[in-house]
Amino acid sequence: MPDDVTAPPPVPAPHPPASGAPGPAPALQLRGLWRRFGEKVAVAGIDLVVPAGSFYGLVGPNGAGKTTTLSMATGLLVPDAGQVLVHGTDLWADPVAGKALIGILPDGVKLFDRLTGEQLITYAGLLRGLDRDTVAERTRDLLVAMDLVADARTLVVDYSAGMTKKVALACAMVHAPRLLVLDEPFEAVDPVSAANIRDILAQYVASGGTVIVSSHVMDLVQRMCDHVAVVAGGHVLAAGTVDEVRAGESLEDRFVALVGGRVAGEGLAWLRSSSD
Amino acid sequence: MVALLVRLKLALLLNGYRRSVWQVVGMAFASLYGLLIAGIAVAGMVAVGTQDVDLQRTVTVMVGSAVVIGWWFLPLFAFGVDATLDPERFATFPIPRRRLVLALAVAALVGIPGVLSALVALSTGAAWWKHPDAMLVALVAAALGLAVAVVGGRALVALLAPLFARRRAREVLTALMLVAIVSIGPTVSRLTQGTVDRHTFDGAVDVLGWTPFGAAWAAPADVASGRWQDAALRLGIVVVTLGLALVVWERALARTLVEPPAATGTGQTGGLGLLGRVPATPFGAVVARCLVYWARDPRYAVSLVMIPVLPLVLGVVSGGGSLLLLAGPLAAFVVGWGVSSDISYDGSAFWMHVSAGVPGRVDRLARVTASALVGGPLAVLVTVASAFFSGHGDDLPALLGAGLGIALAAYGGSSIVSALFVQPVQQPGENPFQTRQGASMATVASQMVGWMCVSVASAPAIVLAVLATVRDSALLGWTALVVGAAVGVACLVVGVRVGGRQLDLRGPVLLQKVIAFE
Repeated sequence: MPDDVTAPPPVPAPHPPASGAPGPAPALQLRGLWRRFGEKVAVAGIDLVVPAGSFYGLVGPNGAGKTTTLSMATGLLVPDAGQVLVHGTDLWADPVAGKALIGILPDGVKLFDRLTGEQLITYAGLLRGLDRDTVAERTRDLLVAMDLVADARTLVVDYSAGMTKKVALACAMVHAPRLLVLDEPFEAVDPVSAANIRDILAQYVASGGTVIVSSHVMDLVQRMCDHVAVVAGGHVLAAGTVDEVRAGESLEDRFVALVGGRVAGEGLAWLRSSSD
Repeated sequence: MVALLVRLKLALLLNGYRRSVWQVVGMAFASLYGLLIAGIAVAGMVAVGTQDVDLQRTVTVMVGSAVVIGWWFLPLFAFGVDATLDPERFATFPIPRRRLVLALAVAALVGIPGVLSALVALSTGAAWWKHPDAMLVALVAAALGLAVAVVGGRALVALLAPLFARRRAREVLTALMLVAIVSIGPTVSRLTQGTVDRHTFDGAVDVLGWTPFGAAWAAPADVASGRWQDAALRLGIVVVTLGLALVVWERALARTLVEPPAATGTGQTGGLGLLGRVPATPFGAVVARCLVYWARDPRYAVSLVMIPVLPLVLGVVSGGGSLLLLAGPLAAFVVGWGVSSDISYDGSAFWMHVSAGVPGRVDRLARVTASALVGGPLAVLVTVASAFFSGHGDDLPALLGAGLGIALAAYGGSSIVSALFVQPVQQPGENPFQTRQGASMATVASQMVGWMCVSVASAPAIVLAVLATVRDSALLGWTALVVGAAVGVACLVVGVRVGGRQLDLRGPVLLQKVIAFE
């Protein structure tokens, strides 16, 4: 972890877990999740246990069902079958209580981008029922943490892709959820911002929160996460601590071995004739 | 290139129909309807061909001008431009611009409205079967007229779209329209006397014949009566218009290809704005956010543009008479029903409401409140103005009662419908004059059923208001106001409750549907 000269700005710490609970329930537990779109089965019976306080990576090839799984785990997509438990609360039986515990950064959806960055984070906070002072304070902190202060009053529609990711991440964190579910949080984010975000997330995990990230970048997951699950074709191929899953190899090699699909051979020979 | 784009458009249309059986059914009905109209047009033209030149001229010019005016102005006020072949999508391909323009123009005719327009336009040639030389000119002129219709329509939209995307300009246009409405009452009331016969439209046809709308269709009549010079002059008008329109469209195209319309040239705005001033609750937040969108998202404003147009149209049709009284209640309906597309306008950003677990009731009520804050005053203004300009100031309580009843019932109805159905809409930042493919029959049916429910629910207030106006009874008028308010509030409460519960149950389902539309 790079040691910054400046102290990392304060971000909302997760609520402490409720005391007196008999044994810590996992932050997120997926039981037999299924989802079909028409003929295509996107998620075919996924079981996953995300321990409280873990930094969990979800990796898989394109079309593996990562986004579908995370959407069902966060209350954005109704599962055909299965159960989602968030800190022991059945999300689809009691959505209001379950959603209150989760902060989400979904992939491939828009934001209310006619608001300014500052307005958008405020909006997310107010929607979550925070009071005015708390929202104002956290919005300020998050803008500093995400390095968005200079653009706080620019419309989100005018943001770059990376800035949009960052403001969306701020929206996910504003209500200090106990579980953060981030779908491709580092896509299009510049290296400096990515490092800052990694610091924030590490700090958040250290103070008792749980983070789930999906990513294509194995290297990132290997360095950042303590747990990882490999998903392909709607199934979990391997899950556990990063060291267990990679079993001595690099995570990338292990991933390719598990998922397969490398194309060998010549391929696209005509591309080379572009010199004339 | 032309053939390629025509095939592309056909493929896109057919793939669209493959998505649902209902769209095929809808398409079949639309085709039948179109064929019927085309058949009537051709038969009518052949029949007119047996008459004298004057009548032939009147009919062909009126019909032809209607086609051109439709292509030019309907996209602006009602339907938008069909965006199946959005020029921006060709930005990455090395296609010469002139060929792209030509191909887009021809491809615009592919589809039911295009084919229908072409059939109707060419059918005007059939009216001249007794005059072979006129018929020859008529067919050439019809093709040119059709080109003017298509290219001119696109050019006009291309010219005005950047204007409408800018908020200030839109406000000025809206204000101009309001002024026009206010001044139109007295003007029109002078033009109304007389009955309709074959000479009623002579004046209009004479004028139209020298404008880009009617010139193409008036030329054959000149030929038939031997005035070759006039015919040449009119064709000259058509060709010049076509040339100008092509240049405008091509320029606009060149601009959008290298410089896609920036969402807004906004820059910085001050502070939290409304979001800092509303009560710090989910309800307050949603109201403030909706109001910000009313101000910053052109799609909302375009829906409001209809409201001042209504009294304008009604005023012209009725000559400033009692029909103008419908303007207020209609405006109330437009305002109230507008909420039904709110979630569709949110698009996938609606996930924030779903993930935050905003209670459906709060969501519904907040959207209605924001709409009422913007549209309410406008509807009242239209009602009051139309009442006074048609000389029915006494009937104001009745009109307001009907309007209030309709608006509240529409709010209730749209709160339920929008929790059950979403429709494909333009994306924010897209040209507000573009339409999206794929409104399914289910969507259309849901709107129809919704409208029926709203009319039933607001019937008591409407009936009382009509009686009050007809009998000049102040008592009935005030009763209409009270009944409209009472029934309306009941509808609103039921709508917000039922719609809210539906939203709680179906929020994630709706979200996935709007995501799929994008």
